[in-house]
Amino acid sequence: MEHKAYHSINHPVRKKDAMQLLLGKPVYTDDITPRDALVVKILRSPHANAIVREINTAGALKIPGVVAIYTWKDVPQNRFTIAGQTYPEPSPYDRLILDRHVRFVGDAVAIIAAETEKAALRAMKVIQVQYEVLEAVLDPHTAKDNPVLVHPEEDWVAPCPVGGDNHRNLIASDTNSAGDIDAVLADCDIVLDRTYHTKAYSQAMMETFRTYAELDAYGRLHIISSTQIVFHVRRILSRALGIPKSRIRVEKPRIGGGFGAKQTAVCEVYPAFVTLKTGRPSKLIYTREESQIAGSPRHEMEIHVRLGADKDGRIRGIDLYTLSNSGAYGEHGPTTVGLSGHKSIPLYTGSLEAYRFSYDVVYTNLQAAGAYRGYGATQGIYALETTVNELAERLGVDPTVLRDRNMVRERMQMPAYYNEMANACALDRCMEHCRQIFHWDEKYPVRDMGNGKVRAAGVAMAMQGSCISNVDVGSATMKLSEDGTYNLIIGAADMGTGCDTILAQMAAECMDCSVDDIAVFGADTDASPYDSGSYASSTTYITGKAVEQACAQLKTKICSIAAEMLGCDAGEIVFEGKQVRRLSTGQTLTLEEIGYKSQVFNTQAAEVTATHSSPVSPPPYMVGMVEIELDKETGLVTILDYMAVVDCGIPINPALARIQTEGGIVQGIGHTLMEDVQYDHNGRPIGSSFLQYKIPTRLDMGHLRVEFEHSYEPTGPFGAKSIGEIVINTPAPALTHAIYRATGVWHREIPITPEQIALSLE
Amino acid sequence: MELKLTLNGRPVTGSIDPDCLLIDFLREHGCLSVKRGCDTSNCGLCTVLMDGKPILSCSMLAARAAGHSVQTLEGLQEEAADFVGFIADQGADQCGFCNPGFVMNTIALLREIPDPTDDEIRSFLAGNLCRCSGYEGQLRGIRSYLESRREKGDSRHGA
Repeated sequence: MEHKAYHSINHPVRKKDAMQLLLGKPVYTDDITPRDALVVKILRSPHANAIVREINTAGALKIPGVVAIYTWKDVPQNRFTIAGQTYPEPSPYDRLILDRHVRFVGDAVAIIAAETEKAALRAMKVIQVQYEVLEAVLDPHTAKDNPVLVHPEEDWVAPCPVGGDNHRNLIASDTNSAGDIDAVLADCDIVLDRTYHTKAYSQAMMETFRTYAELDAYGRLHIISSTQIVFHVRRILSRALGIPKSRIRVEKPRIGGGFGAKQTAVCEVYPAFVTLKTGRPSKLIYTREESQIAGSPRHEMEIHVRLGADKDGRIRGIDLYTLSNSGAYGEHGPTTVGLSGHKSIPLYTGSLEAYRFSYDVVYTNLQAAGAYRGYGATQGIYALETTVNELAERLGVDPTVLRDRNMVRERMQMPAYYNEMANACALDRCMEHCRQIFHWDEKYPVRDMGNGKVRAAGVAMAMQGSCISNVDVGSATMKLSEDGTYNLIIGAADMGTGCDTILAQMAAECMDCSVDDIAVFGADTDASPYDSGSYASSTTYITGKAVEQACAQLKTKICSIAAEMLGCDAGEIVFEGKQVRRLSTGQTLTLEEIGYKSQVFNTQAAEVTATHSSPVSPPPYMVGMVEIELDKETGLVTILDYMAVVDCGIPINPALARIQTEGGIVQGIGHTLMEDVQYDHNGRPIGSSFLQYKIPTRLDMGHLRVEFEHSYEPTGPFGAKSIGEIVINTPAPALTHAIYRATGVWHREIPITPEQIALSLE
Repeated sequence: MELKLTLNGRPVTGSIDPDCLLIDFLREHGCLSVKRGCDTSNCGLCTVLMDGKPILSCSMLAARAAGHSVQTLEGLQEEAADFVGFIADQGADQCGFCNPGFVMNTIALLREIPDPTDDEIRSFLAGNLCRCSGYEGQLRGIRSYLESRREKGDSRHGA
C-alpha cells in the first residue's frame, strides 16, 4: 500500500458546484430552458396489455393551445432500446416511440404538445381511445413460455446473443459454472436451500425525468436533458428518429440525482420527436407519479440459493439461480441479472470448490425495469449474505468469524468473477475495523430491554465492480489557458456525486496546481470527448485514469512548446508545476508565458485528449453492521447505529466518499424496511406517490458511521477503485439478520414491514 | 385575477388563474430556487417562508399569499451563506435539488430554535427529503456551523 503525501487527492475538497447548489442558483434543466416551450404530455395506457384499436384526436386538437397530438400511426417503425449501454447493446430492440400494442399500465399511447400545461391536460382527457384488452402476464414465475406474449412482434431484435427469445417471453438466460457443483454439494455436511424475493424499488431521485428539445442555429436537434449518458442518448435518438448523429447534440446541465434511473433514456424521445415534427422548442417534465409508474426501477428478482458447507463452516459450494423480472421492456435486463451471481459469489472465494450461476430474465406486463445503483449485485448479495448468516446461526458460529474463514482475500483469483485477481482487497481489514468501531462482541448478543423491546445486531459484506471490463470508455481533454490554468473537459456526468470535483482533484495532483486552477466542463456531445457515461461505478476508475493520462501528455506538450521557445530539445525541459525549467541552463518559463506563446504563431496544440478502458473491473469491498431495537408488539424496527467500513482503494475525496456511503446505506435501509412497489390484480401500480411509496426521512436511519480501509489498486488512478454503487448493498442482509436475531424469524422477502414482523410473531 | 404580495421584500403584482399554485407563481417570477419534487406535500423541496414561517408552496394557492410577505432563497442569500459553507464542507450538497427547501427550513429552524439539539434538528427537518446524502452529513454540517458560532461567542442569528 502506498503512503504518498498528496496535495489534492485524498483531501475533502468542497464540490466545485457546492455553493451554487446550496444557494439555489438556476442550474437544472427546467431552470435554464425557456418557459414558453411547448409543453409535452404523455397519454398513458390504463391497461396492462392491450391493442389500440381506435384513437380519435379530433376533439382534442380543437382545444385552444393544443398544437399537435401524435399516435402510433405517426412514428417511425424502427425498434430501439432506451437502455444507456455501449453499442451493440445487450438490451433488446423492443420499443417504438409509440406502439399500437401497449404493454403495461403507464405505457405511452399518445404524445400531446400544447402551448400550456392546462391545454395539454385537457387534451389528454378528450382523446378517445378504444382498446382491445388482452390477458396480461403479471407473474414472473409463469412468464417464461406463457402462451400470452408480451412481445409477439416479428421485428423484435436482440443485438447481442444473450439467450433471449421473444416468443418465450425470455429476454436472456445463461448458466456458467466452475467445478462440479452437484458433487460438492452432495458431499457437504450441511446444505441450505433458500429462496429470496426483492422488489422493483424506485430510485426516487428528487428531480424527476425531464428533457428539453429545440432546433439550434444550424437546424440541428439540441437536447438538454437530465441524463447520465449524453452519448448514448444521442445514439438512441438517432436510431429512434431515423436521423444522423451529426444532426443531434445532447447536453446535460446539473442533474438532480440519478442513481441509475437516468442511465435509461426514459423520456428524451418524446420532446425530441415533437420538436423535430413541429420545429418548435418543447419540454417534458415527468410528474412524480410518472417517475414512479413509467420510470426505470430496479429489477424484481427471485433468487434461489443452495449453499453447502462443512461442519466447521467452510463454504464449499454455491449454486445460485436468479429469476429476474424486466417488466414490459428489456432495458438492462440481460446485464443486471449477471451481477446477482458474479458480484455475490466471489465474496466467498476463500474455500469455494465449485459454483454454478444460472438465470432467466423474463418479460411481464409491468413497468419496465432499468439500472439502479447496485445493478443486480444488491439483490444477489442480499440473498447470499442472508444464507451465510443463516449458516452461521445454524452452526452456532459468530457470523463475522464464519466470514473470516471464507472471505476473498488479496491475491486470490476469483473464478466466479471472470477469474479476475483480487489485486487490492482489504475486506479482511474492513471486517476487523468494523467489528471494533461497532463493538460487535457487545452488540451481537441479543438484549431484552425489559419493555417488550429487543436489541440485536446484524452483519453483511459486499462487493461491486469499478467499470464494465473490456467495454467502458472514459476520456478527458486537458487544455492550457494563457494564464497557466487549465480546462478539463469530460463526457462523464456529475449527477451530484461530485465527479467534476474528484476528476479536477486528480488533474490538480498531476499538474501540481490548485484544484481551483482546473475548470471542469461536461457533458455535451458536441464538446466533450467520448465517454460511455457515468454508470457502472466507472467514473473514478476509468475517466479518472484518462485524466491522469491526459495530464501526462499535456505536460509533454507544454515542455515541447517551451523547448521551441528556448530553442532546445524537449528532452531538456522539466515540468515544475507553475513553470518549466531547462536543466542545462537553469532557464525557466512560466506557464503563463507558455500559454500566451501557444496563441501566437504556434503549431502545437496546447491541449490533449486521452482515452482509457480496462480489461479488469477491480471490486471495492465493504462490511456493514447494524444495531436495531425491535418492538415485539408492533413489529417496529428502529435503527440505532449503522456502521460501515469500505475499501475503495484510496478515497480521492474522503468527504464525498463518506457521503456516497451514507446515502447508499439509507437507500438500502429504505428498500429493506419501507419501500414497496405494489400492483393490484390488474397490474395497476398502487404506490405512485411519496404518500404511498415511503422513502426514509432523517428520522428513519439512526446514527451512521463510515470509515475507510485503504488498499492500492495498481490499475486505478492513484490506486483508486469505485465507491458509488457498493454502498447500497449491505443494509438488506444486515437488517434481515438483525431482525432474525431479535425475533428468531428469517424473512426472505424485502421490504420487511412492521406488519410482517408482528404477524410473524403471532 | 390579480395578485399582490411582497416577494423578497419587493411589492409584486401579477395576473393569475385562480388555481395557480404559489410554487408556479414564484418560479414564473424568477424564483427558480423553488423546486417541485412530489405534488403530494411529502418532500419539502418547495419550502418558502410566508410571513417568516416555512410553508410548502406546492400546497398553497398563490391567491392565498395575497397581501403576505413571501421569501425564497433568492431573498435570503446572505443569511443562507452564513451556514451553507458548512454543508459544502461535508459534501452533503450532493445533487443539490433538495438544497433550497432544506436551506429555507434550516433558516426557519435556526430562527425558532437558535441552538437546537440533534433531535430538534432531525425533527424540525423531518419533512425535507434528501435521496443522496443519507442526512448524516447535513446534520454534521449544521452541528459544525453551530459549534463555530458558539466559538465566536455569538448565539444570535438572522432577522
